[in-house]
Amino acid sequence: MAGMSSRIALTLNGQPRTLPADTPPGMTLLDWLRGPAPRGAGLTGTKEGCAEGDCGACTVVIEAADGARTPVNACLALLGQMHGRALRTVEGLVAADGAPHPVQRAMAENDATQCGFCTPGIVMSAWAHSRCGGAAHEALAGNLCRCTGYRPILGVFAALEDDGAPAAPAPALEGGSEFAVPGQVFHAPATLEAALTLRAAHPEAWLLAGGTDLGLRVSEHRERPARILSLGAVPELAETRLAPGLLTVGAALPYARLLDLLARAPEMAPLAAHLRRLGSRQIRGLGTLGGNLGTASPIGDTLPPLLALGVRVVLGSARAGERVLDLAEFITGYRQTALAADEIILRVEIPRPPEGAVFACEKLSKRHDQDISAVAAGFLLRLEGGVVAEARLAFGGMAATVARAPRAEAALAGQPVTEEAFARAAQALAEDFAPLSDWRAGAEYRLHSAQGLLRRLHWRIARPDLALEVQA
Amino acid sequence: MTDAPPPPAATRTGMGAALRQDSALQHATGAARFTDDLPEPPGTLHAALALSPVAHGRLAPLDLAPARAVPGVVAVLGPAEVPGRNDISPSGKALEKLFAEGLVEHWGQPLALVVAATRDAALAGAAALRPEIAPLPPILSIEAALETGALLMPPQVIERGGWQAALEAAPLQLAGEFRCGGQEHFYLEGQITLAVPGEDGDITLHASTQHPTEVQHIASRVLGCDYNRVTVQCRRMGGGFGGKESNASWIAAAAALAARATGRPVKLRLSRKADMAATGKRHPFLFRWRAGCDAEGRLLALDATLAADGGHSLDLSAGVIFRAVTHALNAYDVPALRVTGLACKTNTVSNTAFRGFGGPQGALLMEDVLFSMARATGRPVDELRERNFAGGPNGAETPYGQKLEGELIRRVWAEARQGADWERRRAAAEAFNAAHPTLRRGLGGFALAFGISFGIMAMNQAGALVHVYTDGSIRLNHGGTEMGQGLFIKIAQVVAEVFGVEVERIRITATSTAEVPNTAPTAASTGSDLNGWAAHQAAGAIRARMAGIAATAWGVPEEEVIFADGHVSAGNHRMRFGELAQLCWAQRVSLSATGFYRTPDIHWDPVAMRGHPFFYFSYGAALAEVLVDTLTGEYRVLRADLVQDCGRSLNPAIDRGQIEGAFLQGQGWLTCEELWWDADGRLRTLGPSTYKIPGSREMPAEFNLRLLADAPARANTIFRSKAVGEPPLLLATCVWNALRDAVGGARLDLPATPERVLAALRAGGA
Ligand SMILES: Cc1cc2nc3c(=O)[nH]c(=O)nc-3n(C[C@H](O)[C@H](O)[C@H](O)COP(=O)(O)OP(=O)(O)OC[C@H]3O[C@@H](n4cnc5c(N)ncnc54)[C@H](O)[C@@H]3O)c2cc1C
Ligand code: FES
Ligand code: FES
Repeated sequence: MAGMSSRIALTLNGQPRTLPADTPPGMTLLDWLRGPAPRGAGLTGTKEGCAEGDCGACTVVIEAADGARTPVNACLALLGQMHGRALRTVEGLVAADGAPHPVQRAMAENDATQCGFCTPGIVMSAWAHSRCGGAAHEALAGNLCRCTGYRPILGVFAALEDDGAPAAPAPALEGGSEFAVPGQVFHAPATLEAALTLRAAHPEAWLLAGGTDLGLRVSEHRERPARILSLGAVPELAETRLAPGLLTVGAALPYARLLDLLARAPEMAPLAAHLRRLGSRQIRGLGTLGGNLGTASPIGDTLPPLLALGVRVVLGSARAGERVLDLAEFITGYRQTALAADEIILRVEIPRPPEGAVFACEKLSKRHDQDISAVAAGFLLRLEGGVVAEARLAFGGMAATVARAPRAEAALAGQPVTEEAFARAAQALAEDFAPLSDWRAGAEYRLHSAQGLLRRLHWRIARPDLALEVQA
Repeated sequence: MTDAPPPPAATRTGMGAALRQDSALQHATGAARFTDDLPEPPGTLHAALALSPVAHGRLAPLDLAPARAVPGVVAVLGPAEVPGRNDISPSGKALEKLFAEGLVEHWGQPLALVVAATRDAALAGAAALRPEIAPLPPILSIEAALETGALLMPPQVIERGGWQAALEAAPLQLAGEFRCGGQEHFYLEGQITLAVPGEDGDITLHASTQHPTEVQHIASRVLGCDYNRVTVQCRRMGGGFGGKESNASWIAAAAALAARATGRPVKLRLSRKADMAATGKRHPFLFRWRAGCDAEGRLLALDATLAADGGHSLDLSAGVIFRAVTHALNAYDVPALRVTGLACKTNTVSNTAFRGFGGPQGALLMEDVLFSMARATGRPVDELRERNFAGGPNGAETPYGQKLEGELIRRVWAEARQGADWERRRAAAEAFNAAHPTLRRGLGGFALAFGISFGIMAMNQAGALVHVYTDGSIRLNHGGTEMGQGLFIKIAQVVAEVFGVEVERIRITATSTAEVPNTAPTAASTGSDLNGWAAHQAAGAIRARMAGIAATAWGVPEEEVIFADGHVSAGNHRMRFGELAQLCWAQRVSLSATGFYRTPDIHWDPVAMRGHPFFYFSYGAALAEVLVDTLTGEYRVLRADLVQDCGRSLNPAIDRGQIEGAFLQGQGWLTCEELWWDADGRLRTLGPSTYKIPGSREMPAEFNLRLLADAPARANTIFRSKAVGEPPLLLATCVWNALRDAVGGARLDLPATPERVLAALRAGGA
């Protein structure tokens, strides 16, 4: 194909690099960064603490042309995904004359490092945070430190200043790319048409969006897929539209950018707050709604709210064009979907809650940040004259798939907003679900806390003046 | 032993200066090299462990062929390939195998090591092995071990007074049972060793270890060679917390074996999952107790059993149990008692050292007793706490015969309460609880007396090696290891103080068995106590020689020679420190010395279970307030107020970091960190995605800390400082107590996850 790149080009710490043609595109960015030159970048400042996206020791930053800085987990990102990007690692913050960056100085001078193994990753999160702002705990959710207790690190985060540095220019991309080494091909088509054609031709290929689920198979399980079809360069899959009544989100739009969009839809605030607890900034820098739907885990965090809202999933294929399914039809079983072998999820159509509706999202986990849900929920209530006209109560973690609670919904329908009505709905939940026990939670806790969430919903409506959550 | 040096003159970088960790800036730029960052020597191979997929069973001799057939695999090593002994026991008191032979005793137990050209090939080789294991029923709980009498060693029992009669005579009799979980160290840098063979059987091990000497011994045992063939080096660890004591030794030994077998450098770096499966953790405990008290809540008698899950083998459990039973009364006095410590044998990974070493578990006991007593007497927990503190009107002697400083216990407690504005906040919490429909606040306190010294008396020794060069620069080496705790800068400060030079003149170097031999692990909070003194001795010896030369040159008495500000002076005479070094060299005087220290005045009789095992005690107190959601069990720590006794702090910045970090680590153990085994004995919380250590949000929203002022150590410690590595971890117990307050005092097992908190609330606590 014309204009097709066959070698990975990226900017590393301001330097344009074109990688040798025999560089495996399906290796992790971290392995490449740490690997000795010439096959790797020979930069060992970025650390591996877990290889599963949770500790943040491997955090590096993608610099966008508009100046935005997106921290990502180098242990999850595949090298081929970094084609056309500008990356910065901890080494790249040091000035040419060897002077450490103010962020690095601040970390050292405020006793924000003890053993130092987490420090490079925290420095990179801090550097991104100094530009992008937001809550410090959110910026740190993807970075673990076992030594300091975080107080000095939070101190550094509270006093960060943007260095004003312009983004390093990323290599210009023309068209799609295909990186091939013996035993592995990585396709990154640049149009939807090309993507659908490739999907039809290679139904066995890994369909890669952010890679925050798939990347684990490489990073942790050391798999070496024969073929990867990456969706990251397909513009149609990153499109969004905010229309009255409907929000349309491209399946491969990273959560970080989805959050920018949700900021413009105030009635979606509960969903935005919910998404800010999905993984960490690093995870949200890459992860996508399409990936959450594709994985179809019963504890996928976006699914209960989307089910409560009644979203439609638009699928596409070269063979049949588009088809639209209700989310409930799309998810067919435990980690199973209605997606055909030649199909790709194109976008998600999210009905916006009407004026006066009550919309709430809930997530329960052992730790508030960067944890997988024990129970997640999305609630949408339509109230008419103080009476519940319709209740859509969707739960994750309660069954083999994300599911609505028909008996609890029925118990609420037509009832006034009283403690008793919600208590009866909570009772009914015991007939809707028989959850399982595992390391995230026992069956009893899942049921009892889900019942608690319904009671909390009552207080949300009855006492909007009260803080009802332990987190400020 | 010389007497403690006088209080330091306030120098910029000497004692008491708040200097930062020695490599802080290199950490932040990524320039600091950890073991995996060292350039790999040409030809380096990579190794991976094959681990048992079964918790308990008879193991047929392993067929190594499938791994050998994997492309890139160079060697596959099992028990038959061990040239020395297949024994990694750190105590030498039990046979503990490097590779299972005949029997597997826990899921994740090492079976073999695969060595290959790449790490992926080694992992693929390990995955290709198909061990044949005839399963046996596993013992997976402390209860099951107690029922079958499966113990790793005889019970350790401390007794005092006629506890039985006192129990029966007590006006109020109480009983309780509760448990605490284990804890994964989760050092951010996983276990790793790079083994580099030299000539004629020499081998150098670059190991991430808290105990280079033990690495040397275990590797030599496995290789079947003299200790002098094995050199162990460690510049820094990415965290240790006790997890790189005995566990680092066997990992290094496995790497050494691979290097010996192949004749090439070999790196063994465990993946996080393998690390969590194959290395030991903090001991979970089951507590059962009976107590007697009077109507006012003064304890009269106690009979308690502390049963630890030691895992499948002895490892360091004897020491952990020792510390648990010696800390079971913590800061309290009970006139008559029996405390029994048991190390149960189960089919789980062998539990090991973890910051506090049984002390944190032991100190939980009295908290449970106090809560039960509060329920029975209707009195507030904190009133009972104060009534039963050791010293004052109560006895000050621990049941094993050592005295606690009752006035310090009362002082830290009073200062913590005062600083926390405790009374007012309790009233505010009660008002909040009465008004809010779903949330509830809880308040909890804790006071601590923690003994400092190794339980094994011989370990309380240390060495150091100091060189002064003719330009006046100084090279420092000692037996302690740096894992982030700031030991290296503290010891450098000691040496800077002795020579009266700025700390920048001192080059801190990697710990090495070739420089300082026969060392103790850096553990039990003793790092600066022991190595500080040893370095002080070495530097002092050189300084004395230098002072002699200066005195002769100037014709003044030696005592008049002063080392300060980078200069040496006497009266009107003055020269730079480096000039004097040059002069010493010209006069052929040695500028190198070793230093050695052994902790004085400690002894222990393991049969009578009595003695003076601790050089001194470190005291602390803490108070916490939590906010609990009664609907979901979610909670948050709103505030914590800590007072910690550091004696006269060597470095308040480092000490503060240790205290805050230890507190949050302790809080993690007591709250969100849950190890979860399935019915087959497989650990299912094997990485940070499922095993949740505290994140930044778990830090108490308001986190206040004070170092106890004007409290120089009474024992002759280095510059009258006190150890700080472990004690503050126990202070986090106040968070448990605050949660327990919020759930109405009901039994609340640990870790107190939201799930357990909700269950306690539902159980009718509130
Ligand atoms: C550390 C960590 C924390 C996490 N925390 C959370 C959390 O809190 N909550 C949560 O819900 N999840 C969490 N996840 C899981 C993951 O981040 C999400 O599921 C995310 O939405 C996946 O998106 P992705 O684009 O990265 O998916 P990918 O890994 O790229 O793909 C996931 C699956 O979806 C398929 N897929 C992707 N896009 C499409 C498409 N357009 N059409 C068809 N199929 C597609 C892929 O083929 C694959 O099977 C976490 C993961 C990690 C590593
Ligand atoms: S190594 Fe832990 S998040 Fe990447
Ligand atoms: S400084 Fe050790 S993990 Fe953060």
